[in-house]
Amino acid sequence: MILAGKHDTKMNSQTLNLTTTTWDVIVVGGGNAALCAAIEAASTGATVLLLEGAPPVYRGGNSRHTRNFRCMHKGPLSNLTDTYHIDEYFDDLIRVTKGQTDEKLAKLAIAESEACLPWMEAQGIRFQPSLSGTLSLSRTNAFFLGGGKALVNALYNTAEDLGVTVQYNAMVEKLIIKNSRFESLQLNINEQRHSIVGKSIVLASGGFQSNLDWLAQAWGPAARNFLIRGTPYNKGVVLKNMLDQGAQSVGDPTQCHAVAIDGRAPKFDGGIVTRLDCVPFSVVVNKSAHRFYDEGEDVWPKRYAIWGRLVAAQEDQIAYAIIDSKSVDLFMPSVFPAIQADTLDKLAQQLGLNEKALTDTVEQFNNACQTGDFHPTELDGLRTHGLELPKTNWARPVNKPPFYGYPLRPGVTFTYLGLKINETAQVMTDLDTPFKNIWAAGEIMAGNVLGQGYLAGFGMTIGTVFGRKAGQEAARHVS
Amino acid sequence: MSVKSPITTEVITEAQRQIRICNACRYCEGYCSVFPAINRQRQFATGDIIQLANLCHNCQGCYHACQYIEPHEFKINLPQSLANVRVESWQTHSIPSFFAIRFQQSGVAIAAILVIAIALFIITLQNLNTTDGNGFYAYMSHSMMVLMFTPLFIAPLIIIAAMLKRYWQTINGKPIRLTHVQQAISSAATMKNLSGGQGQGCNYEAGDRFTNKRRWFHQATMFGFLLCFASTATATILHYVFQLPAPYPLLSLPKLLGLPGGILLVIGCAGLAWLKVKANPDLGATSVRGGEMAFILLLGLTGATGLLLYFATGTSLVPVLLAIHLGTVLSLFILMPYSKMVHGFFRLAALIHDAQQKAR
Repeated sequence: MILAGKHDTKMNSQTLNLTTTTWDVIVVGGGNAALCAAIEAASTGATVLLLEGAPPVYRGGNSRHTRNFRCMHKGPLSNLTDTYHIDEYFDDLIRVTKGQTDEKLAKLAIAESEACLPWMEAQGIRFQPSLSGTLSLSRTNAFFLGGGKALVNALYNTAEDLGVTVQYNAMVEKLIIKNSRFESLQLNINEQRHSIVGKSIVLASGGFQSNLDWLAQAWGPAARNFLIRGTPYNKGVVLKNMLDQGAQSVGDPTQCHAVAIDGRAPKFDGGIVTRLDCVPFSVVVNKSAHRFYDEGEDVWPKRYAIWGRLVAAQEDQIAYAIIDSKSVDLFMPSVFPAIQADTLDKLAQQLGLNEKALTDTVEQFNNACQTGDFHPTELDGLRTHGLELPKTNWARPVNKPPFYGYPLRPGVTFTYLGLKINETAQVMTDLDTPFKNIWAAGEIMAGNVLGQGYLAGFGMTIGTVFGRKAGQEAARHVS
Repeated sequence: MSVKSPITTEVITEAQRQIRICNACRYCEGYCSVFPAINRQRQFATGDIIQLANLCHNCQGCYHACQYIEPHEFKINLPQSLANVRVESWQTHSIPSFFAIRFQQSGVAIAAILVIAIALFIITLQNLNTTDGNGFYAYMSHSMMVLMFTPLFIAPLIIIAAMLKRYWQTINGKPIRLTHVQQAISSAATMKNLSGGQGQGCNYEAGDRFTNKRRWFHQATMFGFLLCFASTATATILHYVFQLPAPYPLLSLPKLLGLPGGILLVIGCAGLAWLKVKANPDLGATSVRGGEMAFILLLGLTGATGLLLYFATGTSLVPVLLAIHLGTVLSLFILMPYSKMVHGFFRLAALIHDAQQKAR
């Protein structure tokens, strides 16, 4: 046992406790799914250890950045209005995934979401009416008061009150599995190796989207220019280790969900504020100052879903949204001020674009604009005429100085590759039999139900439903 | 005419930087009035920032809910940033601002005022206890008290009124309507902005857990102070209008208001001081922590000495207690424009302006 050095006694005695206890349930991960599992397991009286890879300030994985929970409801529930039945919810899922979903698991997640909301409230999570600028979600999505980090705080407090032991900075490296049975795990805490023994384990350690090497392998070298919107701690170590040990995979290993965000955002953890909703009011050009897609094709959320991929396909994975003073206040305020200039020439200079190419592109675009009624909040049919690549809605000339530019880059939200599970959230082997005492919840298994696309608030539904299930099942296994 | 605020540009620029990030996020809009006020705007001039700073009750909910606190490169700490602006705004709107800076930052300066005031009363009492009144007035004639206190009571109120006028110009306030005032008073009376939005309270002393302790102790202090004030006011009316001088019996308005008022004030201040010790100083304006603590203790001491004076009626302790009590009261009034006490006035003004903005 190595307990020497820079850490205080409290830390050392906890580390000693960690390694000498045989835990009933070990939970790997520290986001919503992990916490739901830990709370459910601890509620049965089981001894529970939660291993969070991040330090306390960054705990909570990508749940830190979330803001709502997509919830089925047969009547008004909490702040949710009207109804949202299982069929409509499932149709929404089929539409975004194009059928890439396990219907049984998906319907289970949807059906159980309704009971999850009051359960979440009982764990100290508070909901609020849908945030300004998100009225379209007020029927389907319950918003967390204070956002995802407030949710994470509430769950940690509840878990601690139930006696869950939380170890931060705990990077799990390897599970020791014999005959489909988990026996122990190796982990790294503050650069010290330890081995921890448990009777059952819940894997809720997320996807691999912050592992740039893996992303580059899967997507190609262009992925090194992607920005990662969420936690830098989702490296996919446990996912990879499980796949190497015969766990069955699910979801396209080469794909990630990416949206177009402010190109000046931090490499990791930029979260919600880096979004830019200016595309429909812009002329969007690539590095050569050429347009490459119909900026007015559709409204959010479809637009939101495709632009990350579109920008990723451009040279150097960068694009520039060009707008004028008519449109600058039509979308949610941006986290960084727009780059501003009195003429398009000067704007091109500031953005590092060829001046003539940009002015030509904009001039061509402006000449193709027609007169008509402009409605920023709906498909208004105000389209260009005569362009090879049209803009089919909100096409107004960009001609009223000052001009503004925003750099756009792909921002990765999550990856689809995960562990195949059964209906009790048990992880499946390649032989289609379950590992005896290993369960999975959250992003690490989201690919079972969200094989493609994106549905706002559904990640939290998957995490809560399967996190609770995994915790209950793991606790039952040891009781 | 608009008053140019000499507030330091760094604190304003820093608050502008943070508020821009908040306005792109909006996760906190359910906590208090600050975030809906931010969401109503896109550009934030100095006056807007000063208004937001005075609207902020420092519940700290937004800090604990924030994904972007240090070590994240966005370095959000809105409770501290707004506290820094708020404190500077009281100082720069003060007359003279030098006093405000001194007394807000220094507990020692407050203690010095207190000692001087008490000494003043001890000397006065020793030299002037030749009257033949009852109760306190056996030691100091009512006319003498009025003579000493009236200018010292009135002057701070005039200064505060002038400060608020300057504040109103800074934030570009509109003509006030009764409904705006009603909304503001209702918000202050319930401490709505320390409710966490849903009654769970604030994050002040228990990390990211919510409690209502600060809200309760603040209201005990506020209502305790107001009851004491009302007690003094009724005593003044009884004295002049009804020719009924002190001491008053237990079942009289001054006592019925003053006794519970004093008790509430003592409990409230003790509680606030206790919470302040437990709270994280880095979520507030660290420069004025000492001054704020000294002020809470002074306020509590005013209540405590008042109560002691009541219980000591008829004993030989009265003269010294009287000197101490009057010393605390006098200090409190002198310091009113230059201490944490002004927060109440600015807060109410900010709430009135917020009601105006909401109505637009």
